[in-house]
Amino acid sequence: MLRFFLTRLGLLIPTFIGVSIVAFAFIRLLPGDPIMLLAGERGIDPARYAELQASLGFDKPLPIQYFNYLSDIVTGDFGTSIVTKRPVLDEFMTLFPATIELALCAIILATLVGIPAGVLAAVKRGTWLDQTVMGTALVGYSMPIFWWGLLLIIFFSGILQWTPVSGRISLVYFFPPVTGFMLIDSLLSGQSGAFRSALSHLVLPTIVLATIPLAVIARQTRSAMLEVLGEDYVRTARAKGLPPRRVIGLHALRNALIPVITTIGLQVGVLLAGAILTETIFSWPGIGKWMVDSVFKRDYSVVQGGLLLIAGVIMIVNLVVDLLYGLINPRIRH
Amino acid sequence: MNKLNSLLATTALAAMLASAAQAKTLVYCSEGSPEGFDPALYTSGTTFDASSKNIYNRLVEFNIGTTDTKPGLAESYEVSDDGLEYTFKLRPGVKFHTTEFFTPSRDLNADDVIFSFERQLKEENSFNKYVEGASWEYFNGMSMPDLLKGIEKVDDMTVKFILNRPEAPFIANMAMDFASIVSKEYADKLEADGNVSDLNQKPIGTGPFQFVAYQPDAVIRYKAHPDYWAGKEKIDDLVFAITTDASVRQQKLIAGECHVAPYPNPADLEALKSNDDIQLMQQEGLNVGYLAYNALVAPFDNAKVRKALNMAINKQAILDAVFQGSGEAAKNPIPPTMWSYNDAVEDDAYDPEAAKAMLEAEGVKDLSMKVWAMPVQRPYNPNARRMAEVIQEDFSKVGVDVEIVSYEWGEYLDKSKAKDRDGAVLLGWTGDNGDPDNFLAVLLGCDGVGGSNRAQWCNEEFEALIQKAKTVSNKEERTKLYEEAQVVFKREAPWATIAHSVVFMPMSKKVSGYVMDPLGGHWFTGVDIAE
Repeated sequence: MLRFFLTRLGLLIPTFIGVSIVAFAFIRLLPGDPIMLLAGERGIDPARYAELQASLGFDKPLPIQYFNYLSDIVTGDFGTSIVTKRPVLDEFMTLFPATIELALCAIILATLVGIPAGVLAAVKRGTWLDQTVMGTALVGYSMPIFWWGLLLIIFFSGILQWTPVSGRISLVYFFPPVTGFMLIDSLLSGQSGAFRSALSHLVLPTIVLATIPLAVIARQTRSAMLEVLGEDYVRTARAKGLPPRRVIGLHALRNALIPVITTIGLQVGVLLAGAILTETIFSWPGIGKWMVDSVFKRDYSVVQGGLLLIAGVIMIVNLVVDLLYGLINPRIRH
Repeated sequence: MNKLNSLLATTALAAMLASAAQAKTLVYCSEGSPEGFDPALYTSGTTFDASSKNIYNRLVEFNIGTTDTKPGLAESYEVSDDGLEYTFKLRPGVKFHTTEFFTPSRDLNADDVIFSFERQLKEENSFNKYVEGASWEYFNGMSMPDLLKGIEKVDDMTVKFILNRPEAPFIANMAMDFASIVSKEYADKLEADGNVSDLNQKPIGTGPFQFVAYQPDAVIRYKAHPDYWAGKEKIDDLVFAITTDASVRQQKLIAGECHVAPYPNPADLEALKSNDDIQLMQQEGLNVGYLAYNALVAPFDNAKVRKALNMAINKQAILDAVFQGSGEAAKNPIPPTMWSYNDAVEDDAYDPEAAKAMLEAEGVKDLSMKVWAMPVQRPYNPNARRMAEVIQEDFSKVGVDVEIVSYEWGEYLDKSKAKDRDGAVLLGWTGDNGDPDNFLAVLLGCDGVGGSNRAQWCNEEFEALIQKAKTVSNKEERTKLYEEAQVVFKREAPWATIAHSVVFMPMSKKVSGYVMDPLGGHWFTGVDIAE
C-alpha cells in the first residue's frame, strides 16, 4: 500500500511539470498582450511599452521566462498579478475556500440524491419511475448552467422570494473571515441568524452546480447496479431468502459503488469547471470567476499560477480517490 | 489565541452592528471587483468607483453632473501669466480618515500633495515601486512626466506646480483619479512597519467615505467620514455588493437586496421602467463611436469622397440595430455633455442618391474597401461586427464594396495605427478629464498621426485652433476655438461620427440626491435613502 502510494506520489511530479508547461504555453498562445490590453484605446508609446515589458520579464526568450517561472514556483512564489499587483497565491488562498465550500455542498447533494435515484431506477428498471429518473437526469445533464441558474433565480428569488439572489451571506452580517468557509465562520461569529443566512445563500448555487454531477452519478449508479443485479451472487442471496432491501443495499450496492466512486472523483474537475459559470451567476467570490477574468485580461501570472494550483488540487483529489478505491475494492488493493 | 482574538473581534463587531441598527445603509451592486484601492495604479472605472470617488479627494474636483471643475482640497489656485506656474492654496483643517489601522496626527498639508505626485513622477521616491509592476499608467498616459518640470512647497499650505509648456487642460487633469491625494504620514508609517502594500489594500484618504473592509470579489464596506471637510454624508454606511452579471444585478435590485445597480442590459430597460419601485435615470455618456477613414490613402485623401461616404451611412439603422435605444446619433467628435459642444453644426443628411452622385463626380468608381470591426464590446460600440454589416449594406447602395475584417483586440489597436493601413476603422473614445482637448487633440491632432489619430488626418487649420486652445486659460476663449474646430472637422470629414452611448442608471425609488456623472463615475456624495 505504501509503495503504491509513493509510486503515485512520484508520478505527480512529471504531471505537475507537464501542467506547468501547458499553463505557461496556453496563455501565451492566445493572441493579445497584457500591456496592450491594459493600455486599451489610450495606447502606449513604444519606449514605455519596452520598459513595461522589461519590468515584467517579457523581453526575455520564452525558455528563460519558463525557467525563471519554474524556479519561482519551487520556492513557493506563484508570481504577482499583472492587473491587481497582488501575489497570486494570496488571491488564490482568499478565494479558494468559497469554491471548496460550494463544490463540497454540490458533491454531497449530487451523491445523496444521485445514488438513491440510480438505485431506484435500476431496481424498477423499465417502469415509468426508471424512465422519469433517467429522463430527468438526461435533461439535467444537458442543461446550460447559465440559463438554469438565471431561471432558478427568477423563480425562487424573484417570484417566490424564498432564497436570496446572490452572494454568500446577507450584508447585515459582518465578521472577519476565520476559516474562509462561510458556514463555519457564521457559526463562529455567534451572530444569530448568520448561519441560517449563509445556508440560504448556498441553496441555489449548490443546486445549479450539483445538477450535472447528479445526473452523471445517477446514470452511472443505475448502469453499475444493473450489471451487479444480474450477477450470480445476487441471485444466490435472493435465493437464500434475504430480504430485498438487504440484497440491494448490502450485496449489490456495495459492489456497484466501485465505479461510482471513480465517477465521483472525476466530477471534481467537472465541479471546478462548472464553478466558473455558477460563481459568475451567483456573484460567488471563488476561483472560477477569478480565472475567467484573468484569461480575458491576459493576466499571465494569474492564469499560469491558478491553473497550476487547480491542477494540483485535482491531482491530490484523484490520488485520494485511487487510495479509497483500493480500500473499497480488496481485489485491487496494492 | 488567534481564534480567541477573532472571536473577541467578532463579538465587538456584532455589538457595533447592533448599536448601528438604525444606521442608514446604501447598498450599491457594483459590476466588478476593484483591482486595488490606490487609484493612481489603475485605469479602470470600477476601481475608481471603489477608491478615488469615495475615499479620496483631489486639489480640484469635477462638479458632479458636469465636466466643469470646482475647488477641492485646494480652496483656490492661481495661474501665472505665461501659463507655466499653477499655485494651489490648500484648504485648512482637512482631516484624514481615522480607522482601526491608522490615526492621523495632523491635517492635510503640502507634504501630502507633493508626495501624492512625486511617488508617480520620481523613480527615487520609495513608493515609486511599492507594489510589483506599479507603472502609474494614467499619470504617464496623460503625459505628466513631460509636462511637469517640478513641484514646489511654497509653505505648509501652498504648492506650486511648474510646467514645461502652457497646458490649459492641466486643471482638468488635477481632477482626475490619478491625482487623488494620499496621506504622507500614513505612507511613512507603513514604510516604517514594513507594510507598504497596505497603501493599496487599506486606503486612508480625506474623502466622504472611509474604508472599513474588503472581501475580495464579494463586498466592500465603507462608513461616512465623520469629520469630512464638506460635512458628513447623509448615509452612514455604504456597501458595494459585487455582482458581475447584469441580469443578477437587476434581480437583486428588484428583490431589494441593493438600492443602486449600474449597467443594466438594454433588453431589461422596459421591465425596469414599468417597475413601480424603481426609478431609471439616464444620460449621454462622455464618449463617441466613429469610423475613421485613412486620409493618407487614396481615394480617402479627398474630403469630398469621405463626405459622400458619410452621407451613405444610415445612422438611425445603426442606432436601432446596434444600440437598441441606448445610443444617440453623433454629429460632432465630442459628446453633447462636454463644454464647447457645437450644437450649430449640421449633421450630414442620409442621402444615398446624392452620395452616389458625389462619388461619381469625384471619379470614384467600383471602389472596394475594408471596414475594420472591433472584436470587443464598448459603451460607444456594443456590437462592432453588426455595425460594420449595416455600413457594408449602406455602402453597397452607393456602389462601394466592403470587406469586413477584424483582429484580436491588442492587435487591432496596434495595426490600426499604421499610416498605410488599408481601410476604415471602427473605434471610439471615452473621455478622461472632460476637457475637449482630451478628444480633439488626442484623436485628431497632427501628433497623433501614426498613433491615436486613426484617421491619419493632419489639417493645418484644425491643428492651429486646437493648439491655440491648449495655451489659452480663458474658458470662453477656448470654447470659441473648439467650436470653430468642430466646424472644420465636419467640413473635412476625417471620420463618420456614429454615436454616443446613453447610460442608464436604475435605482430604488427610496434613493434621492443621486447625480449621474457624465464622466462615468459613481459618486455617493449627497445621496440619501428613505427608511
